Amino acid sequence: MADQSTHHAHGAEEAGKAYWSANLRLIFISLIIWALCSFGFGILLRPMLSGIKVGGSDLGFWFAQQGSIIVFLALIFFYAWRMNKLDREYGVDEE
Amino acid sequence: MDQFTINLLFVGASFALYIGIAIWARAGSTSEFYAAGRGVHPVTNGMATAADWMSAASFLSMAGLIAFTGYDNSAYLMGWTGGYVLLALLLAPYLRKFGKFTVSEFIGDRFYSPTARLVAVICLIIASTTYVIGQMTGVGVAFGRFLEVDSTTGLLIGAVIVFAYAVFGGMKGVTYTQVAQYIVLILAYTIPAIFISLQLTGNPIPGLGLFGTDQASGEPLLAKLDQIVRELGFGEYTAHNGDTLNMVLFTLSLMIGTAGLPHVIMRFFTVPKVSDARWSAGWALVFIALLYLTAPAVGAMARLNITQQFWPEGTAGQAVSLEQIENDPAYDWMATWQQTGLLGWEDLNGDGRIQYYNDKSAAMQEKATAEGWAGNELTNFNNDILVLANPEIAHLPGWVIGLVAAGGLAAALSTAAGLLLAISSAVSHDLIKGQINPSISEKGELMSARVAMAVAIAVATWLGMNPPGFAAQTVALAFGLAAASIFPALMMGIFSKVNNKGAVAGMISGLVVTLVYIFLHKGWFFIPDTASYSDADPLLGTIKSTSFGAVGALVNFVVAFTVSAMTKPIPREISELVESVRIPRGAGAAQDH
Repeated sequence: MADQSTHHAHGAEEAGKAYWSANLRLIFISLIIWALCSFGFGILLRPMLSGIKVGGSDLGFWFAQQGSIIVFLALIFFYAWRMNKLDREYGVDEE
Repeated sequence: MDQFTINLLFVGASFALYIGIAIWARAGSTSEFYAAGRGVHPVTNGMATAADWMSAASFLSMAGLIAFTGYDNSAYLMGWTGGYVLLALLLAPYLRKFGKFTVSEFIGDRFYSPTARLVAVICLIIASTTYVIGQMTGVGVAFGRFLEVDSTTGLLIGAVIVFAYAVFGGMKGVTYTQVAQYIVLILAYTIPAIFISLQLTGNPIPGLGLFGTDQASGEPLLAKLDQIVRELGFGEYTAHNGDTLNMVLFTLSLMIGTAGLPHVIMRFFTVPKVSDARWSAGWALVFIALLYLTAPAVGAMARLNITQQFWPEGTAGQAVSLEQIENDPAYDWMATWQQTGLLGWEDLNGDGRIQYYNDKSAAMQEKATAEGWAGNELTNFNNDILVLANPEIAHLPGWVIGLVAAGGLAAALSTAAGLLLAISSAVSHDLIKGQINPSISEKGELMSARVAMAVAIAVATWLGMNPPGFAAQTVALAFGLAAASIFPALMMGIFSKVNNKGAVAGMISGLVVTLVYIFLHKGWFFIPDTASYSDADPLLGTIKSTSFGAVGALVNFVVAFTVSAMTKPIPREISELVESVRIPRGAGAAQDH
């Protein structure tokens, strides 16, 4: 019995670790997209995108004033949906 | 009915609504005063967070700063929305799991140190007070306009109302009132924007109209705007005229500051579950985005309208005449704003016309000499008036103007109340109950919370009379302070095993370098004469004081990791606490000490 419960606790710990690294991976990917659409397309890469015209200005200007905000929204909802699913998969969701 | 009566009617009706809700939901126990008993749905919470978040800076000030600077001030748009991604991914769910009432409680427990908690409280009070100064600037503008008094008198009247309002509210009152405030402020912001977008581009959605066609000239709106501001010697609207490094750091400071401000983070303590905390950040951003996607259109369209009003025949023709300003009803807004002291013009060359142009541009100086102009005659145009003046400039109906006045006040009031609540809970709950007198009665705690509010608003009002910048700029400084002190501590608390000494050293160094940098540029304690540098020529390269928060945050991280590596690792129970915060299971209701 004692053996079984330590084994069980060990398993939960493993699952917790796997859950956390899956979470970190998701955060990392999301933050790359976050930075690319704001600091990237909106500021630093704007000169490279200036050939793509969007209504009187260029794609970089559109990202700085509209696009980045839309991407931020999509990212948060994607992360919430994905994480809430991950919680259940790893059995760490709230009962 | 004249405009003054209409404004009074709209403002009065909206206030009656908020006060009615506040009384209906008047706070009873301390638990309700701070966190509304945790029964708030993510969508409701998102809407209230949006009202709490969008302050005088977002509503009144931001579009004006974008209008007169153009693309470079996109930093405000990206910064103040991008921070929600950080909040949703890096902080909100974990702080909800931790399940305490305040940010400093988390820092105190996670870093097992009353000193860490004390330092966090001080950081929060400094950042929040700076933030309230920005709000009071906005309150002064809004009350000044709708009561038709100068902005200082407006500020004093506003301060009394904000105080009364925050004291009687508490979080529950504030949560439901803020839903009402959100609805008022979003209608007030978008309705005039839709009207103006329809007038100029025929497109009812301002964010699309911005990239649409200016119907008067048949050219794309932004191309037309670029052209006329260029012809008056200003930098092109869509061009990147400023410095890239500064723009990046400024955006980053606003983003991480967003994720470090107590009054927003506190919101995520009030949702029932960890999974709800994730959704809540998303819902908050949905409601915020409605305004932020509209703001750049408001800025660009207002700049176009204003410039064309001063040059009715186009930039090659004659400037507007004084006679027209006095007699043409289209220019009535100028006289009403003149009495607030925030708008001024003077016929310097005595030709009976008001020439508005950039008198610092070399090309324009040549033209001015040839034409006999004696400098820019629009001598004062406070950027903060733009949003409130906008519907008047576009000759929208009186009720729209009344609605905008009510919306501006809703924005300033709701945020000021939320911040005052954060300050008062920091003082009464963290400082007095947590440190000085743990056995204080509930009644005593509520009383000290109210005294703290009174002190905070008095300081903010006094400094708001002589603010360090436009509302949004002052608020940006508050974000820099939060970015440099609180955000790194919270993030390290969740994602690393930095110890108590590391966290304390990190927060102190981040706060101090940022505060000193700001004071060097804006004056010690924001007293203007004591500044040694200016943002036009900053101490470090091109980094303005508003952008320094990101540097301060970096200092915080580096110091914290270094000190932590050289001192004793965290004890086992704290390590277990960190592990438990990372996993949603077992999140109960919040616990008081």
